[in-house]
Amino acid sequence: MSLKGAAYIAGAWEHPTRKAPDKSIAMLHAECAKGALEDAGLTKDDVDGYFCAGDAPGALGPLSMVDYLNLKCRHVDSTDVGGSSYQVAVGHAMESIAAGRCNVALITLAGRPRSEGQATGTAPRPGNPSVPEMQFEFPYGPATANLYGMCAARHMYEYGTTSEQLAWIKVAASHHAQYNPNAMLRDVVTVEDVVNSPMVSTPLHRLDCCVISDGGGALILTRPEIAKSLKRPLVKVIGVGESPKHQAGGEIDLTFSAARWSGPPAWEMAGIKPSDIKYASIYDSFTITVLMQLEDLGFCKKGEGGKFVSDGNLIAGVGKLPFNTDGGGLCSNHPANRGGITKIIEAVRQLRGEAHPKLQVANCDLAIAHGTGGALGTRHCGSTVILERE
Amino acid sequence: MAYVARKIPFVGTPETNPETKPFFDGAAAGKLMLRRCTSCKKAHHYPRALCPFCFGECEWEQASGKAKIYTISVMERANPPYAIGYATLAEGPTVLTNFIDCDFKALKIGQDVTVKFVQTEGEGPSLPFFTPA
Repeated sequence: MSLKGAAYIAGAWEHPTRKAPDKSIAMLHAECAKGALEDAGLTKDDVDGYFCAGDAPGALGPLSMVDYLNLKCRHVDSTDVGGSSYQVAVGHAMESIAAGRCNVALITLAGRPRSEGQATGTAPRPGNPSVPEMQFEFPYGPATANLYGMCAARHMYEYGTTSEQLAWIKVAASHHAQYNPNAMLRDVVTVEDVVNSPMVSTPLHRLDCCVISDGGGALILTRPEIAKSLKRPLVKVIGVGESPKHQAGGEIDLTFSAARWSGPPAWEMAGIKPSDIKYASIYDSFTITVLMQLEDLGFCKKGEGGKFVSDGNLIAGVGKLPFNTDGGGLCSNHPANRGGITKIIEAVRQLRGEAHPKLQVANCDLAIAHGTGGALGTRHCGSTVILERE
Repeated sequence: MAYVARKIPFVGTPETNPETKPFFDGAAAGKLMLRRCTSCKKAHHYPRALCPFCFGECEWEQASGKAKIYTISVMERANPPYAIGYATLAEGPTVLTNFIDCDFKALKIGQDVTVKFVQTEGEGPSLPFFTPA
């Protein structure tokens, strides 16, 4: 049985903060939960399913958070696949709702790496040495920026992709961020600005990287009859897919992302194709992340991403595929170093007609929100959500 | 830029995971040790007890130490900068490493490299790195 349409996104809320030294992580989760419930027109007592990931404080998955939020749940899930966890949670919440395990699912993300001074992209983070890859990777200095830099270098080698083409992705995000009062980086930048910004890890410059921000977001998913009883525009989940990709025992191919595998089941469930999409939220930890996912989701042929993103093709009102109209992780927000939920929230805004008027896509009835969590250069999860305005 | 060696960190000890101890014993003797399946005959990395391709039993063998650069990213923000990358071993597997004792700007994908062992900081175990052949 297809799960298409088994759940609707009834509430979506992004925390406006980008720096929150005076707030705890649990408090940020709670503020996001409250915001999403108010957006949906529901209350905390309506929630009977809770979904969180590794950003939620507590060693035992969701237990500390359902305690802190004082939720009475019939179903909890804390699948953690980094920044793509929230797309995965949408799929899992839809399955849970379809199976009758919950009626109103709350998904939260929050964190404050900026206040905590975390060098997210440039500092290798040691882990437990019993993690099987740890002793074979950590000594070599894997940091987020170079794990994506290695993918960009190989993409350039195989397909002739250029730094200028990657820069167009940041340029498009900056054109959108100028209209978002909460965005961290609101200045419009040029291709020259990006390629002349300091090199972080070749071939990625500072402006190829996303921001480090505090904040969070939350979503409410419900069964169709509940969504239809509420006063918000109807946003139906019509396609989901998830898949991990890793080093495959040493048979490494860094030219593609897990979107190659998470996309097809989502397209098939939705019964649509990439050219039907009016608005795309694409995970943008780095410019190369966007380029590879666009290829792997089928928006263009493999190797032609550089050409596809050039000349403003991702700018709303200018190009063929408006993307990340909130400014995305590249310019607006990457709360808890995990951008999955903000991708879904902006897609919901576009489908509801509530994006910034300068960037609202006309007749926006079909949108995609794709996430990548972990690191493209070692192991990551791709997760795809396709949404329809009803 | 002139090459500057960095201190190489290590977590745990070669005994942390008993299944991989022979890898570190080999590195201490200047040998790059690789696991190969007795069933499907394929080599893999990082080393596992069971073959990641077929769950067959594996044996250790000494690799040639010859490889080609698969990809590189020079971490210019680090002090000192370092060149992280993947090298594809002559035996098949592609392994995460650093390219050392070389001009980073001259490194090219596809270039031949050869193994060189470096001891990790604090009297830690030696590990394989690669340098232009």
